[in-house]
Amino acid sequence: MPPKPAPAAAAPSSAVQTLWKAYNEQTSDRLKFIDAFLVFLMFSGIVQFAYCVLITTFPYNAFLSGFGSTVGQFVLTASLRSQVNPENKNEFKEVSPERAFADFALGSIVLHFFVFNFLG
Amino acid sequence: MPTAFPLPSDLSPATVTNTASLLRIVALSLISGAAIASRLFAVINFESIIHEFDPWFNYRATRVLAAKGFYEFWNWFDPTAWYPLGRVVGGTVYPGLMATSGVIYNFLHALNLPVDIRNICVMLAPGFSALTAWATYMFTKEMKDESAGLLAAAFIGIVPGYISRSVAGSYDNEAIAIFLLMFTFYCWIKALKLGSALFGTLAAVFYFYMVAAWGGYVFITNMIPLHGLVLILMGRFTSRLYVAYSSWYVIGTLSSMQVPFVGFQPVSTSEHMAALGVFGLLQIVAFVQLVRSHVSSKQFQDLLFVVLVTAGLFGFAAFVGLTYKGAIAPWTGRFYSLWDTGYAKKHIPIIASVSEHQPTAWPSFFMDLQFLIFLFPAGVILCFHQLRDEHVFVIIYAVMASYFAGVMVRLMLTLTPVVCVASAVAFSTLLDTYVDAAEPDDAVAPADSATPPESGATAKKPKKAAPAAPSTGSALSDLVAAAVPNKKKGIYGLDTRFAIIVNAVGMLAFFVFHCTWATASAYSSPSVVLASQNADGSQHIIDDFREAYYWLRQNTPETAVVMSWWDYGYQIAGMADRPTLVDNNTWNNTHIATVGKAMSSSEEVAYPILRKHDVDYVLVIFGGLLGYSGDDINKFLWMVRIAQGVWPEEIQEPNYFTPQGEYRVDEHASPAMKNSLMYKMSYYRFSELFGGGPSTDRVRNQQVPKVGPTLDYLDEAYTTENWIVRIYQVRSEDLLGRDLKSANAFAKGKKRKRSKPVSRRRPIL
Repeated sequence: MPPKPAPAAAAPSSAVQTLWKAYNEQTSDRLKFIDAFLVFLMFSGIVQFAYCVLITTFPYNAFLSGFGSTVGQFVLTASLRSQVNPENKNEFKEVSPERAFADFALGSIVLHFFVFNFLG
Repeated sequence: MPTAFPLPSDLSPATVTNTASLLRIVALSLISGAAIASRLFAVINFESIIHEFDPWFNYRATRVLAAKGFYEFWNWFDPTAWYPLGRVVGGTVYPGLMATSGVIYNFLHALNLPVDIRNICVMLAPGFSALTAWATYMFTKEMKDESAGLLAAAFIGIVPGYISRSVAGSYDNEAIAIFLLMFTFYCWIKALKLGSALFGTLAAVFYFYMVAAWGGYVFITNMIPLHGLVLILMGRFTSRLYVAYSSWYVIGTLSSMQVPFVGFQPVSTSEHMAALGVFGLLQIVAFVQLVRSHVSSKQFQDLLFVVLVTAGLFGFAAFVGLTYKGAIAPWTGRFYSLWDTGYAKKHIPIIASVSEHQPTAWPSFFMDLQFLIFLFPAGVILCFHQLRDEHVFVIIYAVMASYFAGVMVRLMLTLTPVVCVASAVAFSTLLDTYVDAAEPDDAVAPADSATPPESGATAKKPKKAAPAAPSTGSALSDLVAAAVPNKKKGIYGLDTRFAIIVNAVGMLAFFVFHCTWATASAYSSPSVVLASQNADGSQHIIDDFREAYYWLRQNTPETAVVMSWWDYGYQIAGMADRPTLVDNNTWNNTHIATVGKAMSSSEEVAYPILRKHDVDYVLVIFGGLLGYSGDDINKFLWMVRIAQGVWPEEIQEPNYFTPQGEYRVDEHASPAMKNSLMYKMSYYRFSELFGGGPSTDRVRNQQVPKVGPTLDYLDEAYTTENWIVRIYQVRSEDLLGRDLKSANAFAKGKKRKRSKPVSRRRPIL
């Protein structure tokens, strides 16, 4: 989802600019790295969806597994991001960053097992 | 702090913890033992046999799987079912149950334990009920504490509402599905509490198992999103919710599409759209939260509102648009019948004809749940008392399941776990309150309290229920505190405690008696074998079904097609191993209606239908001699109704009633009734049994005519000992080309009436 929450604000462009500035200043490099991956996955998903809408859905299971792979990886990575985000520390009392990464890896493996099985 | 009775003061906390966990393990294993043992009534009273109808198919499929391996099973095309259409079994079955038994079978054989596949199938449901008890323990532990968990496990272990579907031999999907349901819910709650993707993934994996095992997985598909949605609407969105739901949804949805019978439904049918919608909503909310953390501003509330409303409207519009365009299938008839109980009767008689799809009668709530049904609301109210995220889940589950259980008898099964959980919470709160030795500080100790109150005063916790008691125990006493202000709440003295505890334990004892009685007397009958009592009270086994099926197996060619009403299709395929026209899969309404039409029309009309479908034998169930009420004459009206749905011109339900609107089989029966194939086959030669005396049908309590019906197109082939199963052979065409009626008349020496001209020569007026 591209950052477009501006319309309701009084000065739309400035709101986006503040957001961008605040993001750049407040986010650690680790999280930015994760965010870059998230943006990549988002574009990958958009391309696949556009292909499905514009050209063909033909191997529907292949499309679903490809799209599911990007969406699934996106949400798993987003979960990882929120778990390792220091701001959320008091929400995830029992999930250390290491455990978060282990969960992330396990989830991805299970996800891609099903993706691979469904690819056809 | 004063106590009502002395507490041991020289115990170290470690000893208390260790003893408590040992006791828990012992209790859980005893509960598992009780759960398994109480389901063995069926084996002890009868034998190790597969029950009822659907289990026979599951058993047959499992035998194929065990004998030929998984790939053969996956690609199995069964030409003997739905003759002449056949059935693609691998793609039209939930394979979880068979796969489970197959794995157990192969595992045991790898250990050189040559267990028969039938015994595995028979014992699977009791085995899984022990696992269900454990899963319920884990689930309830998250709601309250371990002692509530143990109570819940004990309740679900022996409650008749669950036993009814899981006695030994009841080899059906529900046998493993309830365990999977509870364990998926447990993983979900755990994932939500910890915010752990691991438990989310586990929930998804068990959800996948559930999808592979039972069509009722749709319940989970809608329960978890509903919980998520309610949490969002309550303003309880957290990153934990995002992590838990997202990881569950993506993996769960993708994995559920691996089951061929489910296929693309998770992205194309309305039942699954709620989950997708909540998933989308969560992404938006999470994104908005992220933005909010970077922009601290007041305009954010409006921003959030605008974004949410637009997204919601867009999503809903897209959903409606796609439904209209046909991309998303609308809700199915089975789903509508959940909201409008009359829907199925009007539009899909095949669904309404199944007895377990009828609305639940009130007494069966008591029969199936006994005193739990009274405790259930108390438990739900106690959930409101704390209202953590997981309590919201129980409340939603309770509301939804109560409604569904009221609509359909079989959905009592989904209500049972939450009733056990909620009642266990209520009951253990009661015990916590009254077992707790602590008395309020300002208490004037009652005179009869023999306790020296000051002896162990230094903050000694009672042995059991240590952490939970102060917070949860306050529920009941809140009322007291409200009524009597300025006084600390609590229980005084021993007599009150004693009275309450004795009552509570009494309720538990009666519950156990009730469960044992209900299991032994109501839910353990295999329905393949019937039992009655002799005059001296000893058991008499009525084994007509197997007698008839083995007769078919031994005396007919392997290709002989047997026609019967669909209820008996799986049994014939399983026990007699003969092709059937229709069976309990009920996927082809027209085919079933064809059988209904053949049964409900006269011999002359039915005969071409039988010949066209290569029918060699017709099998009917007749309970008139013995008083077995589940016979075909009682089901006959459903055959008529289903046939009428396809051929409204030829079959009309009112024709089968007397002009007074009664359903009769005696001499006042309507002509359509008397001429129907079903009536004739049921009462053929019935009056001869009574040797001229009044011949009474003991199910309908009516006297059938002394001159019974005659059959021209069928021969009686076999009738079992108690006349429950009657098998007729379809005659082949007459060798001389006459129609069978006149051939029959000729053989009996009757002259054809010359006077009557042949109809086609009659001049047209």
